[in-house]
Amino acid sequence: MKRVIIKEEFCIGCRLCEINCLVQHSKSKKIIKVFRNERDSLVSGVQVEQSGYVSFAIQCRHCEDAPCMEACMTGAMHWDAETGAVLCEQDRCVGCWMCIMVCPVGAINTGPNRAVASKCDLCYGAEMPACVANCPNEALIYGEYDEE
Amino acid sequence: MGNTMKNRSPYLIIGNSAAAMGGVAGIRGRDADGLITIVNREQRGAYYRPLISYLLGGKVDEGKMPYRPSAMGESNLRLLQGVEARRIDVGGRIVETADGQSLGFENLLVATGGRPIVPKDLPGREAEGVFTFTTWDDAEKVRDFIEENEVKEAVVVGGGLIGLKCVEALTALRIKTTIAELAERILSTAFDETASQLALNSLKKGGAEVRCSTTASRILTKEGKVAGVALTDGTEVSCSLVVFTIGVAPEKSIVEGTAIRTDRGILVDSSMRTSVEGIYAAGDVAQAEDLLSGEKRCIAILPLAYRQGFIAGSNMAGGEAKYEGGLVMNAVDVCDLPTISVGMTSPQGEGYEVLSVLDEKAPVYKKIVLKDDRIVGAIFVGQIDRAGIITGLIKKRISVSGFKSLLLTDAFGLLSLPAEYRKHLVSGMGTEV
Repeated sequence: MKRVIIKEEFCIGCRLCEINCLVQHSKSKKIIKVFRNERDSLVSGVQVEQSGYVSFAIQCRHCEDAPCMEACMTGAMHWDAETGAVLCEQDRCVGCWMCIMVCPVGAINTGPNRAVASKCDLCYGAEMPACVANCPNEALIYGEYDEE
Repeated sequence: MGNTMKNRSPYLIIGNSAAAMGGVAGIRGRDADGLITIVNREQRGAYYRPLISYLLGGKVDEGKMPYRPSAMGESNLRLLQGVEARRIDVGGRIVETADGQSLGFENLLVATGGRPIVPKDLPGREAEGVFTFTTWDDAEKVRDFIEENEVKEAVVVGGGLIGLKCVEALTALRIKTTIAELAERILSTAFDETASQLALNSLKKGGAEVRCSTTASRILTKEGKVAGVALTDGTEVSCSLVVFTIGVAPEKSIVEGTAIRTDRGILVDSSMRTSVEGIYAAGDVAQAEDLLSGEKRCIAILPLAYRQGFIAGSNMAGGEAKYEGGLVMNAVDVCDLPTISVGMTSPQGEGYEVLSVLDEKAPVYKKIVLKDDRIVGAIFVGQIDRAGIITGLIKKRISVSGFKSLLLTDAFGLLSLPAEYRKHLVSGMGTEV
C-alpha cells in the first residue's frame, strides 16, 4: 500500500502540513474559517518536530503489524479493507488510551476534547493526503516503501 | 472414537476473547483455511472484557460489544458457544466438554482467561445484590439488578483498574458509590503515591467516595438482600449493591491433574507452548516471561493477551514466532483524567534514578524510572500524548543517556531519539515493536 514517506533532510519546518491537515479535516475546509472558528475542535494528525535546523513531520505509519490494533478493546482501530490504512472508527472508540500507550512513534492523540483517539487517516478517500500535497519541499512524499 | 477422529480439528481454542482473537489471526497468517474450532463457555460471540464497564455506564451499547465483526467472518471457523470445556485428555488429544462432546485436536490453545476472586468465607456473600465484574453477563446482571431494585447506593470492593472503571460506570448511572481498597491507596500496583492521589482526586470529583486501608468484613443483609457493607475499620456503609473487584486469578482448572505444568498460571515458553507438545496457552491464564525481570509472571492485560495469542497461533500453524517478553502496562481514564503507567513505577532498592514533573492544579504528572540509563518504568497522568514513545524505549531497552534531560519536556519527541532508532521506527514496513 501507499504510505507517507518522511524525508527529514528536506523539511524546512514550515508546518504547512499541520495547517493543511487541520483544514482538510475541518467542517468548513476554509483556512481562515478554520483559524477563526474551528481551531479548538481539531487536532492535527501530523506533527512537526523541530530542534535547531533539524525538523521533520511525523504521522501514523499505518503499520502492518499495528500495535494499536492489537491493544484496542473496542475494535475501533482497524484496517481499512480497501486502502490498507489503519483507521480509528471514532463512534466505537471509548477513549481508553491503550493505543496511545503502545504507539512507538507517538502518532495517536487524545483528540480535541480528550474523548476519543484521533490520528492520521491518510485523508481517507483522497488521492493524496493533504500534508503531502501541500508540502513545498517534498519532505513528505506519498508512495510505496522501497524493499530494503 | 471414530467420530472424534473425524472431527479432529487442526486448531482448537478454548476461550473467545483477546488471546483467542490473536490466536485466530496468528493461525490465519500461515494457514488460510485450516479448520479452527473455538469452544467458549459464554453464550456470546467474541468480545473484549474491559468493555463491560462502558456497557454498564451506557457509553457502549449492546450492538458495539462484539469484537470487530469482520474478524470473526473467517472462513472455516467453528464456534461452539455456551459450551464448557471440562477436561483435556493430553495423550488422546481430546477436549471433553460439559455437554458430552469429545473434541479431537492436533493443536490446542488454552485461552481461558481469568476468574474473579471473591473472599471465600465472607458472611453475607450469597445475598442478593452481590456481584463480580468480569464478563458481559456480569454487566448485564448488575444493570438488571440496578433497574429492578432502583439502586441508589453501591459499594465496590477493590480499588484496582476494574474497580475504578466499575465505579465510574456506577457514578455515571447516578448511583452514590463508595470504593473500599485494602491497600493504603487506589491503583497501588500500577501507580506511585502521587499518581494514586491524582486519580483519587479525579474519582472524588466524579462523585465517588473512596475509603482506603479497609475492605469488606461482612455483607449486611435484610430479607436475603444486601443492605450494606461492614468494613474492617469498624464502619458500615449502607447500600443495596456490592461489586467485588479485588482481582482475578488465572482460570487454569482445566489443566489441573494433567501433564501440563502450572505455577500461578499455565507455564509457557517463549513460543507460548506449555510443557506438552502441541498445547499452547495465552492471555490471562498464561504465565510467560516478563521482559524486565526475565522471570515467568502472569500479566493480565489485553495487549499482551492478543500478542501471546498471535504468537501461539503462528506456532500452532508451524511458525517459529518468539514472544519478546511481557511488559506490565495500563491505560485508564479515571473520570476524564487520562492516565498511562508502564513497567516499574515504584522502584524498590538501589540503583534507580527517578525523573518527574508535577503540576497538581492541571493536573499533570509525569515520571520516568531509569536503571543504568535505560527506562524501566513510567507514569503519565493528565498529559499522555506520545507516551507510547517511552513504552517503545522500554521495550527496546534503548539507552537514554544522550537525551535524558529531554524526556519530560514538552519538546520530547522522536527527534530526541538516537537517529538510528528513529529511522528504524519511521521507515520500512511495520514497526517491529
